[in-house]
Amino acid sequence: MLDILKYQRAGQPRASTGKGAIEIDQVAITFGQGAEAHRAVEATSLKILPGEFVCILGPSGCGKSTLLNAIAGYVAPSAGEVRVDGAKVEKPGPDRGMVFQQYSLLPWKTVYENVAFGPRMAGKSRTEAGSIANTFLGMVGLRKFGSRYPAELSGGMQQRVGIARALANYPSVLLMDEPFGALDAQTRLMMQESLLEIWQKFGTTVVFVTHDVDEAVFLADRVLIMSAAPGRVIEDLKIGLPRPRSTDMAAQPDYIRARQHCLEVIRAESRRAFAEQNA
Amino acid sequence: MQANTVLSGPAAAPDPDPAEMHDAGPPPAPVPRRRRILPKGWAGQAGLMALSLLAGLAIWQMGSSQGWNLYVNFANIPSPGQVGTSMLHNLGASEFYVHLGVSIQRVLVSFALAVIVGVPVGLLMARSRVFRAMAMPYIEILRPIPAVAWIPLAILMWPTEESSIVFITFLGAVFPIVLNTLHGARQTPEVLVRAALSLGASRLDVFRHVILPAALPSVSAGLAVGMGVAWFSLLAGEIISGQYGIGYFTWDAYSMVRTPDIVLGMLAIGLLGTASTAAVNALTAPLLKWQKRTR
Repeated sequence: MLDILKYQRAGQPRASTGKGAIEIDQVAITFGQGAEAHRAVEATSLKILPGEFVCILGPSGCGKSTLLNAIAGYVAPSAGEVRVDGAKVEKPGPDRGMVFQQYSLLPWKTVYENVAFGPRMAGKSRTEAGSIANTFLGMVGLRKFGSRYPAELSGGMQQRVGIARALANYPSVLLMDEPFGALDAQTRLMMQESLLEIWQKFGTTVVFVTHDVDEAVFLADRVLIMSAAPGRVIEDLKIGLPRPRSTDMAAQPDYIRARQHCLEVIRAESRRAFAEQNA
Repeated sequence: MQANTVLSGPAAAPDPDPAEMHDAGPPPAPVPRRRRILPKGWAGQAGLMALSLLAGLAIWQMGSSQGWNLYVNFANIPSPGQVGTSMLHNLGASEFYVHLGVSIQRVLVSFALAVIVGVPVGLLMARSRVFRAMAMPYIEILRPIPAVAWIPLAILMWPTEESSIVFITFLGAVFPIVLNTLHGARQTPEVLVRAALSLGASRLDVFRHVILPAALPSVSAGLAVGMGVAWFSLLAGEIISGQYGIGYFTWDAYSMVRTPDIVLGMLAIGLLGTASTAAVNALTAPLLKWQKRTR
């Protein structure tokens, strides 16, 4: 905890809403029943601070998305509960913005209408929702594309719209499920940098799911590594790199050390899982 | 092997030797280019259509004027000229328009009711397992019953002839609308529902902004089919009960042995069916413009 304060001092002062504290309290998630039952997440407890950028890192199928879905309110935990700012999560809501891996914009609404959708649902007037939409589209550099339909945009542009759409509700938590996983390497780098910029402006809590070690280390204050199914957090690593971050930090010893450590944890875990399967 | 050959049928015109198709080695033979019969573009198409129609008319004229009786008897069939005369006569009389107007009105009312009932039922069936389980047996039992079979019961059930005709027409239109809506709504990607919920949408908002638009391409196909079946059912209803309507006009012409009027009635029905389906497509097209821009 102390470490985080130190980074904040070290980097650029970070806006914080003071909201967006997440508590995961003994959460276990099981799908199916009886012999068919599949435990996706093992009893897990953790706390995420307001304004913190947390990456959940793990192999595919480890339950990291399931855990994220529990915070979003799409999946009800079989045991335990998730609380955001003290309130138990029962269902999805605009206080927790969600960015999906891909194709989640409403294809029959224009880019502008997609971003204005949240404010409209919150009861804002057409003009007010429109000006919010324009602000956020401007922030992700897509104001010119407002009248296009999502399918007319590239994958990277669609994801920027997705981020603008989620932020247009001023959520206290931004949940991101491998949002850059389907993008090419160059676009991904650019998107990571602009995400950090936006985050630094808003100070929302970010929970970012990825299977890419470099992505996690580059973005996060804290990397949570999950084991293979049933998922549980096997490592909680603070990343001490200063902010704002830039891609050239990949050469710094701190970065290399953190990356190395993540890889070692993952390797040890895969070996263990492999041995278990063979036993 | 057989299946492969069938699937690639039209493209690979001369069937390649099946034995050769086992070898992955040689590259596939280029698809032979077809010689162009038509002059390019719209004019050629229209010309050919006109030519084909003219040929049909000529055969019809010959058949009826010479009284061909080739098991199918042309002797009692009015010639195109007679039908044309009847058309001119009827188009000049107000009664013919009353028949047309009554039929159009019945179809509009019945179709509107079918849309109002069918689309919400289809959407609810798609999203609620309880509702689907409750509604499905009715649909599966009632759907295969043709409109004609409903006529006796409809006459007994409904207070007026008019309402029983509307009921029969409604039944014809509503099933394709329900089933297509259901099918379309069930294809809504779950991620879009989740996204909307996370943006603060209520259940009703999700229906309006996600499930209905996702279902629309399929709904509009259902509407077009429903419109066709509506005319079909209406005609059945009008022939058996009723005093007005184009179906009645056609059947009455048969009873009174006004054979040219029979053909005129049939042509009017065909035209109305085509026009109303085109109208449905034109009305739903603006709602689907996102799809066009997508492709």
